[in-house]
Amino acid sequence: MFANYDQIIERLSVNQLWDFPGGVHPPQQKSLSNKSNIEFIPLEPTYYVPVKQHIGVEGKLLVAEGDRILKGQLLTASESPFSVPVHAPTSGIVAKITRHVSAHPSGIPELSVIIDADGQDTWIELKPVPDYAKADKSELIERICDAGISGMGGAGFPTHIKTNNSKPLEFLIINGIECEPYISSDDRLMREHAWQIRQGIDILVHILKPKQVIIAVEDNKPEALETMSIACQQKTNYQVVNVPTKYPAGGEKQLVQVLTSREVPSDGLPIDVGCIMYNVATCYAIADAIVEGKPLIERVVTLTGRGLKSPKNVWARLGTPIQSLLLHGNYDASTQSSPRFIMGGPMMGFTVTSVLTPIVKISNCILVPADNELPHPEDERACIRCSACSDVCPASLLPQQLFWYSKSKELEKAEEYNLFDCIECGACAYVCPSEIPLVHYYRQAKADIRNQREEKEKSDKAKIRFEVRTARLQKEKEAREEKYRLASEARKASMNKDGGNAKDKIAAALARAKAKKEAFAKEAENAQSAENIKKKESVSELSDSFALPKTKLVAVDEDAAAKKERVAAAVAKAKAKKVAADEAKKENKEL
Amino acid sequence: MTMLSLSSSPHHHNRRDTGQVMRIVCYATIPGILANIWFFGFGILIQIALAIITALVTEGVIMELRQKKTERVLKDYSAVLAALLLAVSIPPLAPWWVIVIGTFFAIAIVKQLYGGLGYNMFNPAMAAYVMLLISFPIQMTSWLPPLSIAEQSHTLWDAIHTVFTGFTSTGFSVEQLKVGVDGTTMATPLDEVKTALLQGYTVTEATTRIIFDGAYGKGWLWVSLAYLLGGLFLIKNKIISWHIPGSMLASAALLSLSLFLIDGDQYASPLFHIFNGSLIIGAFFIATDPVSASTTVKGRLIFGAAIGLWVIIIRNWGGYPDAIAFAVLIMNMAVPLIDYYTQPRTYGHKNKASKDS
Repeated sequence: MFANYDQIIERLSVNQLWDFPGGVHPPQQKSLSNKSNIEFIPLEPTYYVPVKQHIGVEGKLLVAEGDRILKGQLLTASESPFSVPVHAPTSGIVAKITRHVSAHPSGIPELSVIIDADGQDTWIELKPVPDYAKADKSELIERICDAGISGMGGAGFPTHIKTNNSKPLEFLIINGIECEPYISSDDRLMREHAWQIRQGIDILVHILKPKQVIIAVEDNKPEALETMSIACQQKTNYQVVNVPTKYPAGGEKQLVQVLTSREVPSDGLPIDVGCIMYNVATCYAIADAIVEGKPLIERVVTLTGRGLKSPKNVWARLGTPIQSLLLHGNYDASTQSSPRFIMGGPMMGFTVTSVLTPIVKISNCILVPADNELPHPEDERACIRCSACSDVCPASLLPQQLFWYSKSKELEKAEEYNLFDCIECGACAYVCPSEIPLVHYYRQAKADIRNQREEKEKSDKAKIRFEVRTARLQKEKEAREEKYRLASEARKASMNKDGGNAKDKIAAALARAKAKKEAFAKEAENAQSAENIKKKESVSELSDSFALPKTKLVAVDEDAAAKKERVAAAVAKAKAKKVAADEAKKENKEL
Repeated sequence: MTMLSLSSSPHHHNRRDTGQVMRIVCYATIPGILANIWFFGFGILIQIALAIITALVTEGVIMELRQKKTERVLKDYSAVLAALLLAVSIPPLAPWWVIVIGTFFAIAIVKQLYGGLGYNMFNPAMAAYVMLLISFPIQMTSWLPPLSIAEQSHTLWDAIHTVFTGFTSTGFSVEQLKVGVDGTTMATPLDEVKTALLQGYTVTEATTRIIFDGAYGKGWLWVSLAYLLGGLFLIKNKIISWHIPGSMLASAALLSLSLFLIDGDQYASPLFHIFNGSLIIGAFFIATDPVSASTTVKGRLIFGAAIGLWVIIIRNWGGYPDAIAFAVLIMNMAVPLIDYYTQPRTYGHKNKASKDS
């Protein structure tokens, strides 16, 4: 399906490339800002350094308010593999550690270290790697991480993670496309610092051992093409290629396709098709970090747009508030009906919420458009299904369908139409005749889906928790019942034994009682007959009339005693019967 | 903190909006309309004027009822374009109420009742055309012969008079205007051939009548060519893509060619089919209506090709001499299905979008 290594090399050698579907050609406007050298700007009194400037997690703070710090000093420590440290852009005092407006479309305040410069700009002691060619791969990767380098082309992916690669690598691609209109920071960097970029590439080659290096520059930057070609001419496996200008050729996926015909799998990375890509500014920063030992504390920022009287490129320290850059660009407020500042380019940049928004590692441009230059968006009209959007989509999506499902919140359908393969390049919205802010709808739908997933994850977790609890309770109940069962069995067993005893006892008692009764009855009989004889004798002796009632009385007494004895026996019998019945009842219950 | 102006990316936009697109399509019909006036008189202008007025009033009233931004909606020119396409499709001297009813139906029923621009499933002009054709068959088939062979000529005033009263200022009826110099009543070339074939004549015999110039109807060929010019202008300016007209004409030509090769007496040649009737205007101006057409590249090819096939099938075996409207409406119904099964393969995916998730 895709071209193999040799086919690609053959085509690259004659600068014959592939194409990506769609794409647009917005007016370039690069010449506004790319005419003069990158300028240095004076030190700022205050810098606002956000603790997190990349994709991943933030590092642990190493400084406290009031600390005196040196230029290049670590402000945070990288603790997890996904965190990248930030450094002090100059020497001075940590004035405050607080939340400050972020370089993000929302502007939601983020934890930032606010530094008051002391004006000395004193470096900490720098520790360059004397000879990277002899250095260990893992040491270099650690250095890249410690220097705080994350992708400077836009996404801000931590560079050390990308560099720590163990899969086979065919193409190391250096991205000098800079396809967004207006921006010229990479252009100027390549023109002025091609040699250092080459150094950075050399270091990457040493670490990654690619079969081939491709340096891709768009053909609207002939000077940069030339300087990069000169810088790389001694290296046989470095190929500088001239890529036809088309937006978004600089997108990672699109550039891989243009250079190799290969497509990065939807859920994969460029390395899955044998490629790794770095931005030229990242290469420059890598060379700084290894050869000079300098951490990433400044970058080239394009100040452009017709709202600035002197558009240019400047070296801006990370943490510089954009208001001072506007000053350097001679902001002309009369060109704008309401102030509007875009961080990034006109296609993918975002409007900042405050002039105190700081420059961060991914800020390549501050665009100040005059009102008539990039007119404010009008109300959207109805989609007429003209499919101009799908004609320009570089990912071959159907933007009008995605729009339809995003707008109607049919999120499952939107996902089915591969919403998450949208790279938000904005080509669709650029051509839409109904001026529908398509990307805006996609971002919202993506956020909604992510929220739903989080909710689902939460509810799944809750469900698992519930199930575990139910299972635990069930187990406890069973254990409890088992215990009861055993106990009752034991009791029954002992009861059976006891029960026998009891019967014996009762029988014995009955027997005893019977014996006693019989004995008593006999005795009574004997006594009676003896008495009768005696009586007879006394009656005969005294008189018969007295004797009779007495005899009668005695006989009655004797009868009562016998009766009492019988009742007691009956009660004992009934009692024994009842105990036996109760026992049987209990047994039934338990069974 | 100063309030900054915020907006979502992209901040850049190319400046061709929906209104412009629709207007350019309207302009592209001008060569065809001029040719029509040249060969068939001024009737078409009156129909266009009536249709546009009716469309704007209808759409405006509905927008007011729906409490939408009336002016902004009217300025998208979609109603004007639909009216224009209906007006050029009906006989030039049809009574005024035919076009008024048709346009009202197109805008109010076919378009707005379905939700307005972008939501209508059927092409408004074609749905209205079919409604008129079925409801008022006499008025809708009273086509005039080209002026060059008509017994009676008529002026702009005659045309206005006829549309509103049914008679020219000098008292001729439409029936009388239809009579050719040879004294027989004229029909369209497609109708002539269809009738002749039913009467047992061959195609060649049928095309010897005076309204023909070789295989083509007098005047009709030039009108078609003029619309073709406008259509090519639209493609060149990327207002429409070539896929629908290209596949539609190709499939119509292929089917009619095969039939012609099988039996040239019973079936007319591809050139006859392409340049007579409304195949050209249908291919470039009607089937390309974005709202009711397929949106994927492959889908557009299928959509166009199927319309081409239906046109030839209905022309040859159906009850009507021409079939653009029926063919377009049939395929409008198939659009959701076509679009679903012709989704492009997304970057980084192995299969078609909806099947590999």
